[in-house]
Formats: sequence, structure tokens, C-alpha cells
Amino acid sequence: MPEHEVVRHYTEISLKNHHVDRALYPLGSCTMKYNPKVNEQMARLSGFAGLHPFAPAEAAQGALGLMHELGELLCEVAGMDSISLQPAAGAQGELTGVLLMRAYHRARGDEGRRRVLIPDSAHGTNPATVALAGFEVVELRSNEAGRLDLDSLRSVLDADVAGLMLTNPNTLGVFESEILEISELVHGSGGLMYMDGANLNALMGIARPGDMGYDIVHLNLHKTFSTPHGGGGPGAGPVAVKARLAPFLPTPGLKKEGESYALDWDRPESIGKIHGFYGNFGVLVRAYTYLRMLGRDGVRETAEAAVLNNAYMSARLEERFPLPYGRGMHESVYSGAELKRRTGVKTLDVAKRLLDYGFHAPTIYFPLIVSEALMTEPTETETREELDRYADALIAIADEAEHDPELVTGAPHATPVTRLDEGRAGRRLDVRWSFDNDA
Amino acid sequence: MSEIPESLKYSEEHEYIGPTDADDEVIVGITDYAQGELGDVVYVELPAPGDTFRRMDVFGTIEAVKAVSEMYSPVSGEVLAVNEAIDEDPALVNSDPYGAGWMVRFKVEDASELEELLSADAYRLLIEE
Repeated sequence: MPEHEVVRHYTEISLKNHHVDRALYPLGSCTMKYNPKVNEQMARLSGFAGLHPFAPAEAAQGALGLMHELGELLCEVAGMDSISLQPAAGAQGELTGVLLMRAYHRARGDEGRRRVLIPDSAHGTNPATVALAGFEVVELRSNEAGRLDLDSLRSVLDADVAGLMLTNPNTLGVFESEILEISELVHGSGGLMYMDGANLNALMGIARPGDMGYDIVHLNLHKTFSTPHGGGGPGAGPVAVKARLAPFLPTPGLKKEGESYALDWDRPESIGKIHGFYGNFGVLVRAYTYLRMLGRDGVRETAEAAVLNNAYMSARLEERFPLPYGRGMHESVYSGAELKRRTGVKTLDVAKRLLDYGFHAPTIYFPLIVSEALMTEPTETETREELDRYADALIAIADEAEHDPELVTGAPHATPVTRLDEGRAGRRLDVRWSFDNDA
Repeated sequence: MSEIPESLKYSEEHEYIGPTDADDEVIVGITDYAQGELGDVVYVELPAPGDTFRRMDVFGTIEAVKAVSEMYSPVSGEVLAVNEAIDEDPALVNSDPYGAGWMVRFKVEDASELEELLSADAYRLLIEE
């Protein structure tokens, strides 16, 4: 087969996919920002990419040094004292964090803490993590402003609560402005504060989880720190903690002795190993490059632009797609409930129709507390022209729903395949390639 | 738009409670409105005959393309039978929620709990809110 046939084959496939190099990728809570190509160049340097994972520490000083410095930068952003770069992504970071919580209470002989509190707006991985770590989930109500309800918190806080998992800004994009009081209440009853760092893009360089009273935070390098994601990884979900939790962090740790770096295996209270070798090292190189390219001011400007872009998007859309909890910081959750009532067109249909306009669909039907939810996070990397193109498309679809609803309910029309039977796909799972397949 | 039969009672958690030929036995499923909101049902986890529940206990889960929801027992009582057909074909919950898509047959422990359920009119008001 000639080379150009192979090139054409893969180019054709890449065009059937949607990716952030083609157009805005408006998933909410996922921070699908553009990934600068310089990150890729650094990760491909042969000294990094060709390094054998069994190379002795003295032959891997550059890589260990990068990891150490990245750890310090991330601790600075998070307002924390110590960090592990091992966890492979958000959900594994969460599990690491909750296992740290468990180890901390056990080390103090505080065995009775078996419940972890989670607000009803939280991402589904939070309760799943808690259950996997052997704790019991207690769901807390959100109030009318979309924030954690303090009375709901007070009513469940007692000596069997291990901690609270709270994303900030939360999954509605709303900042938990009572966070200091919340931390005080949780700490007062002996619990720990865990922050899911999914939405750090709204805060970095401006406010630090550590200063809000959080004890543990995981950071999604593949979201906030601009390493590619969306294709199933690899990602990285480092977990940063306050000093009192540092002894429990995964093994091996990383330490600086004079001018050289070494792996630290002597960690008797550690929860153990979380990932093979030292985590997804290539992702760490990308995140380090990103932070070094931005610098301190750039990190802050990134968050400011992310919030500004979302404010602009919200202002353009809120008349047609109301915001039950108001404009969020870096993302907003719109409701298609009124549109559905008037026209019969569901948020699912709107999302499918967006594909015809050349965009990826936004996050829909999540968080669960917003009816016909449509969640969009424009990110800081989009220009005003691209934001307008997306807003124009959504407004055009709302018009279509009023005048020609079948056009929307039958979408997508312009994609290689049209409306798939998601129900059947779920009921008759077929995820393994078979050479006997006719298709 | 959703079908709400007059002959049934309803819970605020979107279950219906239907009569059987025995006074103290009822059929429970989810309403037409609930299946419409959930979208295509992919899997339903039901209890086993002989299990007992208090009112508002979780008696099963329902997994749809959009979300996974828990189902709350509208009355206290014992499970007499479950609809095994929906294990094979969960789409019955979408296509015929009040018929072939029924879920559980309960023996009611306390008949007064039935009095607290919603009428068809009251349920219609609830979902129109």
C-alpha cells in the first residue's frame, strides 16, 4: 500500500471526529481548552520520551527534577504543603484523596468515621469513589442559589463523618461563598475537607483551596493544565494535601537532597502505590511546560479570561436558555425545560442539532438538579468570534425549535451517522471487535 | 401529554400503584411521565420475592441513557412477585409502563398508607408544576 493512501486514511478518520483543533468543544465541567503544541514538543524530547522507567535515579535527574518542580508549582497554586503526582486522572485522584482521609482517621484511632458528605450537585464519580473506599455516602441539599445548604450540613455533622467532598466552584459553576464557614463546621466536628479540583480553572492564581480550609485537593492536569484529554487518556490527577496528611501520600515520594533528587520509599504510613512507576510522566511534562509558559501572571489571567468568556456566553444565551441558578463562574448550566414545554424539543435534540453546526455537543442532563440541563464551559482559549459562532448556533436552533421542530428532533443530519439508538446500545453492549462481524 | 390513568394512585416519586384482584395486593411501576423524563431504559434492578420494605425504602434502581435513578417503595410491605420480562426487555418500561412494563407486586402491610397516595388529578398537578 502506498504511503499516501495510509495518510489519507488517517486524515479521513480524523475529520470524522470532533476535536479541539477543529472547533470549540463546549463540554461543561470538562475544561476542553486548547492544548498548546509546545507542550507536545517538550513531552517528545528524547530525554523524556526515551527514558526507561527502571532508569536509576542518578540517571533520571532531569525527569525527577521536573516532577519535583511541578509538584512545588501545583502546591503553590493549590495552597497545599505536599503532593503526589501518581494518580492517573480525576477519579483515581478522588480515590487517593478519600483513602488518605481514611488513613488519617485510622492513624488517630478514630475508627468510627464511616460517612462522607456530598452535595446533590456533585459529579457522579464523587459518590462512586466514596462507596469504593468503603464509606457511606450522605447526600446534602443545595439551596436556591445552587450552593451547599448550611442547615442540611449542620443536621448531619457528627462524630461519624469522615469528611466533606465539595467542588468549588461547584458543578453549577457557582462559587461556594460560605466556604470558610463550611470548613469551620466540618473541622469542628473532626472531619476533613476534600476539594474535587475539576473546576480549578475558574480560580487558579486568584484563590487557593488551601486558604479556603480544604485539607485535600486533586488537580486535573488534563483539564486545568492543558494536557490533551477526551480520548480516554492518559490524564493525571495529582493529589495535594496539608502537612498533617503528607505522611499518608502514595509511595514512592520524591525528595530533594542537596542538589539532587531521589525517590522516597521509606514511607511507613503511606496508603501505598496508586499507579505503575511514577504516574503518567508525559502528562506531567506537558503540564510543567504549560505552567512555565504562563508564569504567575499568566495563570491568573487564564482564570480571569475563562470567567470573562463564560460571562459573555451566558449573557448571549440566557434569554433563550434560562439559567435557573444564575450565571456561573467559568461554566453555566442552562435549562431547556421551557423550550421543551413549548415546542416538544428536548435538550438532547438541541445537542444533536449542534453537531450539524460543526460543534461538539455540550454536557447535557447534568447536573441532575437542573431540568433539561445544558452545561457549557467555553474556556479561556476561545476568541470572541468563536464564542459568537457557538451562541449564534444555539440561538438559531432555538428558533428552529419554534418554527420547524422536526428539523431539530431528527438531528443530526450532516454527520457520517445520524441519530443512534442509545437505548439499544446500552441494552445490547457490543464493545469487542469480532472478525465475524458483518459490519 | 403524559398518560395518567384515573384508576391508579401515584407517589410523589413518580411511581404508580395499581389495584389487583386481591384487596391487600398492589402492582407498582413507574409512570408514563417518569419513563419519558428518563429516556430509554437500559436496565432495571428489582428486588427478590420475599424482600420486605418500609415506605420510602429504595426497592430498586432504574438505569436509563440519561441517568440512574432509585425507586422508592410507595408502601410498606412484602414483595410477592417481580416482572422478570423487563430483565430481558427493559424497553417495556418505555413502551407500556402501565401494562407489560410493571415492576413489583407488593402485599400491603398497612392499608392506611394507600390513603396517603396521590390521585390522578393530584399527580397531574405535581408534574405540571
